[in-house]
Amino acid sequence: MTFPSATLLAQSALSGVFIGSLYGLLGLGLGLTWGLLHVINLAHFAFAFLAAYLCYQLASVGGMDPLLTLAIIVPLFAALGVAVQWLLARFSVSPLNSLLATFGLAAIVEAGIQWVWTADFRKLESVYAGQKFRVGELFIPVPELMTLLAALALSFGIWAAMRYTNLGRALRALAEDAPVAAAFGINAKAHALVLAGVCGALAGIAGVCLALGFTLTPSQIYAWVGVVFAAVMLGGLGSALGPLAAGILIGVSEAVTMAFASPSWAPIVSFTLLILLLLLRPERS
Amino acid sequence: MSIEQRIARGMTAAVCLWLAAVSGVFAQGAQPPIRIGSTLALTGPLAATSLVHKVVGEIYVEQLNKRGGLLGRQVEWIVKDDQSKPDLARTLYEQLITADKVDLLMGPYATGAILSAMGVAQRYNKVLVHHTFGIPSMAKYDMQFPAWSLGPEPATTVPTTVLDALAASPKPPKTIAIVTSKFPSVHFMSLGAREIAKKRGLNEVLFLEWDFGNLDYGPIAARIKDAKPDFLWVGAIGLEGNQVLEALNKIDYTPQEHFYMYPAPGPMSKSPLAKNAMSMTVFEEHAPFTSAPGAAEFIALYHERAAKAGIPDTSVEVQAAASYTAWQILEAGVRGAGSLDDKAIAAYLKKNRIDTIQGKLRFDGPSNYGDDLMRVKQVQNGRWVTVYPKEYAAPGATLAVQ
Repeated sequence: MTFPSATLLAQSALSGVFIGSLYGLLGLGLGLTWGLLHVINLAHFAFAFLAAYLCYQLASVGGMDPLLTLAIIVPLFAALGVAVQWLLARFSVSPLNSLLATFGLAAIVEAGIQWVWTADFRKLESVYAGQKFRVGELFIPVPELMTLLAALALSFGIWAAMRYTNLGRALRALAEDAPVAAAFGINAKAHALVLAGVCGALAGIAGVCLALGFTLTPSQIYAWVGVVFAAVMLGGLGSALGPLAAGILIGVSEAVTMAFASPSWAPIVSFTLLILLLLLRPERS
Repeated sequence: MSIEQRIARGMTAAVCLWLAAVSGVFAQGAQPPIRIGSTLALTGPLAATSLVHKVVGEIYVEQLNKRGGLLGRQVEWIVKDDQSKPDLARTLYEQLITADKVDLLMGPYATGAILSAMGVAQRYNKVLVHHTFGIPSMAKYDMQFPAWSLGPEPATTVPTTVLDALAASPKPPKTIAIVTSKFPSVHFMSLGAREIAKKRGLNEVLFLEWDFGNLDYGPIAARIKDAKPDFLWVGAIGLEGNQVLEALNKIDYTPQEHFYMYPAPGPMSKSPLAKNAMSMTVFEEHAPFTSAPGAAEFIALYHERAAKAGIPDTSVEVQAAASYTAWQILEAGVRGAGSLDDKAIAAYLKKNRIDTIQGKLRFDGPSNYGDDLMRVKQVQNGRWVTVYPKEYAAPGATLAVQ
């Protein structure tokens, strides 16, 4: 093994930060519904991809700026998140069953995407795609930078909302002890719907980021599941900042591994981190 | 009963007897269609390419029936969705043979599913013609016939052809970087390229492997940029080639000479980053390939049907050509044998060279593979053109170097 140059190492680490921020952004909504609503929503990934395809359609065919598509996608996916939560609550679906039910939903969404857009590759050629700027020897691509900024803004925004607003406090109280929270007049169902709507919107935003940086194909939905689950579990269920921090940790550790050694070793690093955490701090899962 | 009533009854009985006799004659004369069974990955990760095989199969069966079918019988193609799962393909081939009782088999897509189908075909002694099986050394069944003419040892012959093409260019490379997916049918080719490059004295400045499904190509691109190879061999399948190119572009690096093993042909040729990207082909939409009998008609039909099916890239290249070839092989086998007997079909195919749109194919080599007919193609002006060897090059096309 030869020692990589400082530029190679820094460029790789930067790449890790960018991909890690997307892990974190995808993990944010997943972790919140898992930790606070006790719903393991696998359909979150499918919704993100559905949003990515919608962004592609609106921008490529409709001629919209990809960022403006957020005006349509965010409310639409918030409504979708609310609808799914309403259905899960209506049928009192347990956490384990929510995993199965939302996996089925993900498969339906995948089939729907394939029906509309076919299984072929779709690439959004936006004005942002080729934009990059240089800082010293390093190159910073604009779509990835936008993803990082969105992930930071949303994670810190939700962290602040959870900490300093009544809604956030109520949600945390419900997650900790729902009967006691209800005794204090907190409407569990309404709060759950609000949070599910926020998480649906987060899936929509993550989808736009996916469309900006990645070529889309329906089966890609599942490529993200393992590593985003790792980020959520490392970051802590229900945490707003944890998935982003863990995502960046995983992204950077994988990227640096790729810079030093064979890229095929990279997944070993992230999953070793996860196993170590589960062994050393089992209460975190 | 009056005489009139008796006559009426007699006539009714006679008409009934006549009708019964006539319908019996028709029933004997109208033979049931020959049923050919296969699976395709109509859903799942391999669905995009499988759709190509579906369109081609439909075109071929339609053409075949217009020509009168096989052995005087119409042909019916039964295709089931294996959902891109080799284990499901195995079950469905079992079903096709035992429950649907098909007369003949056609192979699925891709290598994993073909391997599954091969096992079932072997168990029931059925001929299996298949489209694009990527690892010839694993094709052990005696009655399997490959339509993709990549020869019995592509890990040696393909890199040799690529490096021959580069050696004949105005600027032969001195250094090589080999970066490769660990996807089975790609990985062994890249290892072969490594050996051939070493034998030919090229200096290997980088060798990297990644797992199929890798999400971050940034560090891989950074290492390629750092190594600055004259020639970049990318052992990529599907979209991986585009992902490597996009990651290289993000750090402002354009590779000099660059090769991609099995790229997604449409997205690669349409990418502005893929200028002069090389790959391999057995068929492209230009002379001399288009002068093969039936090729022009097939290309025109494929353009029309592929567009109707929503396939973004409607050009006929490796997948469509190999698929068409598979049907040509099966038809030739049945006609040559003069029966649906699998052993007779296999015997005919082994003894004879078969005319296809790829050229004449033979099946008398190791694992029933014949010659490696893979040629070097390159993205020039947004489309793939064959550039090497020159007798297969598109009119006026030569290997372009940076």
